[in-house]
Amino acid sequence: MTKQRVSYTLDSTLETVDNAEQTATRIAAEAGFEEDEVMRISMAVREAAINAVLHGNAYDPGKKVKLDFESTPRDLVITISDQGKGLDMSKIPDPLAPENLLKTSGRGIFLIRSFMDEVHIHPSHSGTEIKLIKHVHGPAVGGKEASP
Amino acid sequence: MSMKISNRQVDGVSIVDCSGRITLGEGSVTLRDTVRELLSKGRKKILLNLGEVNYIDSSGIGELVSAFTTVRNQGGELKLLNLTKKVHDLLQITKLYTVFDVKDDEAAAVKSFN
Repeated sequence: MTKQRVSYTLDSTLETVDNAEQTATRIAAEAGFEEDEVMRISMAVREAAINAVLHGNAYDPGKKVKLDFESTPRDLVITISDQGKGLDMSKIPDPLAPENLLKTSGRGIFLIRSFMDEVHIHPSHSGTEIKLIKHVHGPAVGGKEASP
Repeated sequence: MSMKISNRQVDGVSIVDCSGRITLGEGSVTLRDTVRELLSKGRKKILLNLGEVNYIDSSGIGELVSAFTTVRNQGGELKLLNLTKKVHDLLQITKLYTVFDVKDDEAAAVKSFN
């Protein structure tokens, strides 16, 4: 299997959130992930797209969301970038803290971290880039079958 | 599939049957409007039947929390019924499973309000 890469530049709309989720579902399935894993990956991508459209670009029609999928035999790497002011990580509360449990928002990054193997967030003054990595498990990696 | 919602009255309890997706946008707004409408009619015992909800995102989770606190602040009670595995797992990892009163039998759930 060779490295495959596909990129999209999308508007800052709710449709982009749905498109990102659907594209992630398709690519994760094509990469060979099982149904539950596909669900987790697509949900993480949806949450990252929500952050980019709402909190990053704030629905600004002049700003775009970039979505990049790179599939290798070892990993599925998904990068989502916006053109907002840059996510302030210090302002993201712990959604599991008792005082935050009944808050109506603030769970997106937590869910992303829960569903992916690696999450790298790079905020800058020209936007936020979030890289989501899911490792391919099973015989495709390492080449070692489980003992019978 | 977008969200579909309907409600019925059983022994003084409003059972809200939800199906589809509770996500950012239409799904969340539909749920919010339904709960507000019930409260405006003085119906403060609300059972959200999520048995046909196959997808929920962070906005949908936020909407469930919002509905729960809105009903409670008006002196009512909101409980959840028939969680799918996906929704159950999400409420577990967000620690909300312990916040909500979750039921899996409609008749028993209705009785539990009284």
